Amino acid sequence: MEKATEIARQVKEKKISAAAVLERHLKTIKEKDGKIGAFLEIFENSAMAQARAVDEKAAKGLPLGRLAGVPVAIKDNMLYKGHKTTCGSKILEGYVAPYTATAVQNLIDEDAVIIGRTNMDEFAMGSSTENSAFKPTRNPANTDCVPGGSSGGSAAAVASGMCPIALGSDTGGSIRQPAAFCGTYGLKPTYGSVSRYGLVAFASSLDQIGVFANSMEDTALAFSVISSHDPKDSTSVEYPQGDDLSGAGGLKIGLPKEYAAGSGSMDAEVTRVFGETISRLEKLGAKFTEISLPHTRYAVPTYYIVASSEASSNLGRFDGIRYGLSVKGAALSDVYKKTRGQGFGPEVKRRIMLGTYSLSSGYYDAYYLKAQKIRTLIKRDFDEAFKNVDVILTPTTPSPAFKFGEKTSDPLAMYLSDIFTIPCNLAGLAGLSFPAGVSKDGRPIGAQFLAKPFNEAVMFSLGSELARAANL
Amino acid sequence: MIEFEPVIGLEIHTQLKTGTKMFCPCKTSASEAPANTSICPVCTGQPGTLPVPNMKAVRLGVAAGLALGCEIREVSIFARKNYFYPDLPKAYQISQFDKPLCEAGSVELDIKDAKGGTYTKTVRVHRAHLEEDAGKSLHALGSTQLDHTLVDFNRCGVPLLEIVSEPDMNSADEAYAYLIELKKLMQWIGVSNCDMEKGELRCDVNISLRPKGETRLGRKVEIKNLNSFKAVKDAIAHEIVRQTAALNLGETIAQDTRLWNEKEQKTVSMRSKELAHDYRYFPEPDLAPLRITAAFKEALKQEIGELPKARKNRFKTEYGLSSYDAGVVTAGKGLSAYFSACMAEVLTLKLNVPAKSVLNLVSSEFLARLNGLKKDSVTLDPGDKDLISPANLVIIAALTAAGKLSASAAKTVFAKAWETGRDAQALVNELGLSQVSDTGLIREWALEAIAANPKAAEDFRNGNEKALGPIVGVIMKKSKGTANPAAANSVIRELLK
Repeated sequence: MEKATEIARQVKEKKISAAAVLERHLKTIKEKDGKIGAFLEIFENSAMAQARAVDEKAAKGLPLGRLAGVPVAIKDNMLYKGHKTTCGSKILEGYVAPYTATAVQNLIDEDAVIIGRTNMDEFAMGSSTENSAFKPTRNPANTDCVPGGSSGGSAAAVASGMCPIALGSDTGGSIRQPAAFCGTYGLKPTYGSVSRYGLVAFASSLDQIGVFANSMEDTALAFSVISSHDPKDSTSVEYPQGDDLSGAGGLKIGLPKEYAAGSGSMDAEVTRVFGETISRLEKLGAKFTEISLPHTRYAVPTYYIVASSEASSNLGRFDGIRYGLSVKGAALSDVYKKTRGQGFGPEVKRRIMLGTYSLSSGYYDAYYLKAQKIRTLIKRDFDEAFKNVDVILTPTTPSPAFKFGEKTSDPLAMYLSDIFTIPCNLAGLAGLSFPAGVSKDGRPIGAQFLAKPFNEAVMFSLGSELARAANL
Repeated sequence: MIEFEPVIGLEIHTQLKTGTKMFCPCKTSASEAPANTSICPVCTGQPGTLPVPNMKAVRLGVAAGLALGCEIREVSIFARKNYFYPDLPKAYQISQFDKPLCEAGSVELDIKDAKGGTYTKTVRVHRAHLEEDAGKSLHALGSTQLDHTLVDFNRCGVPLLEIVSEPDMNSADEAYAYLIELKKLMQWIGVSNCDMEKGELRCDVNISLRPKGETRLGRKVEIKNLNSFKAVKDAIAHEIVRQTAALNLGETIAQDTRLWNEKEQKTVSMRSKELAHDYRYFPEPDLAPLRITAAFKEALKQEIGELPKARKNRFKTEYGLSSYDAGVVTAGKGLSAYFSACMAEVLTLKLNVPAKSVLNLVSSEFLARLNGLKKDSVTLDPGDKDLISPANLVIIAALTAAGKLSASAAKTVFAKAWETGRDAQALVNELGLSQVSDTGLIREWALEAIAANPKAAEDFRNGNEKALGPIVGVIMKKSKGTANPAAANSVIRELLK
């Protein structure tokens, strides 16, 4: 498994060429991806052209970027000019991006090599990547299991060494849950720290682009590259100076009592690994405090109303008029019905209907408005908690990766697998899932840090210490 | 027959005078451009794009609100209005819903009544909010009907201010006066050109009738497709007649949306309101709430300066003008500045001339020539070298007022001065147009005039006052318009006694 920081250093020092790095990773993809199915498309030509350009720059002695020659995969919901973007949906099949997403451009500006686009649940709606309109993606740790979702392709690509870094998007856990399932690091940055310009919107007030990597160092590096204030995104901000916290010693870590009690379905293996994580952090000098997040029990229903409402509006533009799938009909309404009927999969339709209903006149107050109020209460819970603790620790998921088809017939069970990750998005916090252990049968198990907005640094520092301690 | 009272409210969309669109950097000057040339990923609703508010548009919106006497919300919220249509690329329009930028203003109107008098009417403004325009659907090319629809996105995303009145108007004339006043205000503060032909101002009418004395509102009809101020007036007049007739027959008015058919001068039903859209408004998550600080408002107020109504009142008290006259010279900001400059020259040159005489010249000779230069009362600049200078104008007015220049000679001098830009007094001397009040000379002309018109002289002697006219006419002709008409009059009367 190659590290991005190491690749960039060696490319800068001209010890290896970016082209050779790319070749190696393309070879790994060819060997493994037939079985895994992480990628929807490999950008072999443009990636090679980029790698050669990096090598030319190096040859000329020009300064190279922080991700010089590092192959990076992007989730199929981020636009990269001249390349296809489909959001894992039939409705966008064949759509070619007319511009490049800011986060992707930031990678390119630091000499990263965009290697391909990864599989995902259609429009990022799902927790297993089974909702992709194109193919399933398998969990590299156990191919009978799902990789999680919706960024399952990115997680599987990084976990199997096809690329050291991949971008994903996280609306309710879509980075952290697959990271936990596949055994990688997965960062959901603070809302507003990474531009959403060029990320196909699912739920605008919750979506955030983030990072998959195999090390804390790579995760932090990639985050520092993609994070920027973007004038094209009115919700993006200049990243402020965070609290100066370094080292676990003396840090106060909160353990939400509701997260343990409220999840009767918590897997015994997850409970065991979580306990081990606490002990390790205690050994490093961290102090644990029980905290209360009383409105957590409403997080999942609140999330499904807010996210679906925004999605019902955001997905209106896929109407068969200007781009993507367009099915002819006798009348205009037939074009809409047929295009959207054939273009969207069942989960997307379910959420569009849920959201349309929640926003309808007569129901708005009872659903959307009520959900927004609860969202404020959930955020207030965290504000209170962070008065007493520096960071919060929770399991990332109630169970390790589940098998294909295990939850597809029960959408509610699928929704509940995001119970630990959803509150972070509702409150606009920073969240990091890190590999915490494995189950007896070898499935990875993750744990999650939650930090105040713009306090990614404290999670990175704890993550690094844990990794160092584990290597000893 | 019951007497009915019409109740009218107007919804007006004005295009804000910005260089670029509401949420993207595309140019707004696209109404003349070839179809789909002023577009980008944002205004065509490509996946992943986000809106960035145009602060110039926000500024103009606040300025308009201030001019309409509105309260400006400290925090206003953009909202999505969701519906499907091919010219709406995102399937939602970014608008404002329950927290609009401007609320609770009013406009005061001077309206002529049937008896030739005027009365004042206050029309309250319910709200004014920012939004983006949709694209344009073309179902026909020229007169050729298409079997498909073409969409032009050039207009898509152009910033609009929607101004919604309260249902405070009760006649077509009042609605018309409201439109004129609104246009004047928007042009005065430079917020919008309000050119209806270019689609920079669009007006929808809400109208219902109720028995006179009734306070509850009747069933409301909305009229669309109104392409000129005259169309608004005509459509309302038509709708009043149509609804009155229907109500008198005991019919109920269907609550529908009607289109004005210009050719046939009637409204036709477009769709029933019962099938009204549910737009599923909700706060736009891609945009932060819009915050307007007190300091921003104050600075803008200073920048806007005196509004037409205040200026009109000032002109009334400062120059002793009638309300009507003050209204004439404050019809446009440029014209009022020109008139102010004239009155300043009166002081500088220490002339003895009533403001009314200056106004008469400005509102007749001056305005008549303005159109010829393709200039208008809104944008004209008092220092413009193509115009007669304020000093020259007031000299002509003063000479006329002092009886040194006859009305017709004044016209001649004005025309020359306008053409050549030369000093009026010099022109008067050069053209020999100084008014003659010398009764000896006038007497000579009068005797000749009477001799040439024995019939008129006879008629006058017999008591026909009107017969005086032709004789005076001859005197004016002989004197090349320089004879003082009043002096000529009395001399003839003396001679024909």
